[in-house]
Amino acid sequence: MSAAAAPPEGQVGRIWARFRRHRLALAGGIVVALLLASALFAPVFAPQDPTLLDTALRFRTPFADWAHPLGTDELGRDTLSRLLHGGRVSLTVGLVAMITTVATGAFIGITAGFLGGWVDTLLMRFVDTMLCFPQVFLLLVVAAFVPPTLLSISLVIGLTSWMEVSRIVRAEILHLKEQDFVAAARALGASRARIMFRELLPNAAAPILVAATLKVASAVLMESYISYLGYGVQPPLASWGNMLTNAQGYFDTVPWLAILPGAAITLTVMGFNFLGDGLRDALDPRLRMDP
Amino acid sequence: MAEPLLKVSGLEVHFPIRSPFLQRRIGTVRAVDGIDLDVARGETLAIVGESGCGKTTTGKAILRLIDSTAGSIHFGGEDIARHGAAALAPFRRRMQIVFQDPYASLNPRMTVGGILAAPFDIHRIGVAQDRAERVAALLRTVGLPPEAARRYPHEFSGGQRQRIGIARALALEPELIIGDEPVSALDVSIQAQIINLMKRLQADRGLAYIMISHNLAVVSHVADRVAVMYLGRVVETAPREELFFRAQHPYTQALLSAVPGRGRSRQVLQGDVPSPARPPTGCHFHPRCPIAQTRCAEEAPASRILAPGHAVACHMVSP
Repeated sequence: MSAAAAPPEGQVGRIWARFRRHRLALAGGIVVALLLASALFAPVFAPQDPTLLDTALRFRTPFADWAHPLGTDELGRDTLSRLLHGGRVSLTVGLVAMITTVATGAFIGITAGFLGGWVDTLLMRFVDTMLCFPQVFLLLVVAAFVPPTLLSISLVIGLTSWMEVSRIVRAEILHLKEQDFVAAARALGASRARIMFRELLPNAAAPILVAATLKVASAVLMESYISYLGYGVQPPLASWGNMLTNAQGYFDTVPWLAILPGAAITLTVMGFNFLGDGLRDALDPRLRMDP
Repeated sequence: MAEPLLKVSGLEVHFPIRSPFLQRRIGTVRAVDGIDLDVARGETLAIVGESGCGKTTTGKAILRLIDSTAGSIHFGGEDIARHGAAALAPFRRRMQIVFQDPYASLNPRMTVGGILAAPFDIHRIGVAQDRAERVAALLRTVGLPPEAARRYPHEFSGGQRQRIGIARALALEPELIIGDEPVSALDVSIQAQIINLMKRLQADRGLAYIMISHNLAVVSHVADRVAVMYLGRVVETAPREELFFRAQHPYTQALLSAVPGRGRSRQVLQGDVPSPARPPTGCHFHPRCPIAQTRCAEEAPASRILAPGHAVACHMVSP
């Protein structure tokens, strides 16, 4: 009796084929890849040090000369260099916050969903409570007590936005834990931890992955909010958010100082959102049903 | 008679019905309502009955996948009905289960090798290298090539998956395997292959089986003894031949008459199976029973032995 079936890479191949058909997702993926590359190689691409001041060269317009392709700001710093280095900061915050969010959300969701009973009730009411407060408010309260460093900002964003992920994961686990393969593991004597993290978690990977990409986008946006409000990344370190803050005084005279970091944020958020949408469609379990 | 491998006495599994809002207990589903069973080493006991009669719940309660409300489960002489996880661990190796749906019973994110190595991993048997050999041996035992270990469950057909499920159940060399409708999700042509595989394994390894089924044709092939369940209770237990030719309980007779080609006049039962949340008084079967008397509605019949190994719970059957 031979196993008449596709090679093991078949599943990955099918997911990739579905993803590729999603034009926007593909575009999103490319944008994300370019942004990550530009952040990674910022020191190589940046024409000069992003903190270098040159008061003789303030408010140069973009595309005016090769020394400053995207112009300079109110202190004569090179905008392109600041955008690239700011992207580094913003994306780092986005990714670290996403990892925090997903780890916390997945852990709480799987614990609540699998253990059920009063553990579930307690954790889900805690989620409800956290959701009662606007996130910006939570962020500002914490930011008032914690000195704003790159890590603390990322963690604070991550720890105030995991609730949605925990709900998604919990719902998925509630459905999965009734499946026979879980009963089989229990009949074999598997521990709860083994069932939760070896049997159930990999099966919830698809919605977690989708939530992760979307969370990068919202964390980048969050970082811009709080940097714009002055509690985020502190000058002279550039982030897209604090570039916007600095630009607001000159919006009527030199609008590109606001438009450029704004466009970078928009591009990032859209890129990650499209990527997430595409992944969601490509990994949709209803489409993955076996023949 | 030697000590049976498994002896179940007065097993009850009741589920609370809770109100949607305040979670107050507003009723009880008597899924299993006081049953006695025993299984000897190497024998096959079939549990038959309609959907919802509690046969699957009985199987899961014996395996301690569901907690029982009352009663004892003696396995190898020890009552395991109240054992905690640690005390249960050695018994996990001695009884296993094969599920009905081979699509839901294998983790889709694990390779077959991973699924079959899990029992060794959980019970810390052997080292990584020798596990690969054990997995290959298991696959050969159930008639699959060892290369199957690298593939994922979705790459296999239903019958092949059921072989994988059986291989997993065999991994810890159990003494008892509970088959929860192990062939009813498969094509008829595949059913015979799986049944023959299970019979061969029984002959080779001296396994005892509890076969849960609603399919009397399958039961007539595999069972040494048959227990008939109706609404959470066992109504009749008998050796296979005895049951198929000298059934005494009116429910068993109705069930058998529904099998095509048995040459009996077909008895069609009136009405539906009542809800186990509100079972009838007295004998659970009395509202649908063609020979019921007033006594049947008042008093639950005790099980009485008519012949060696043949027990019936019915007021109207005279010994």
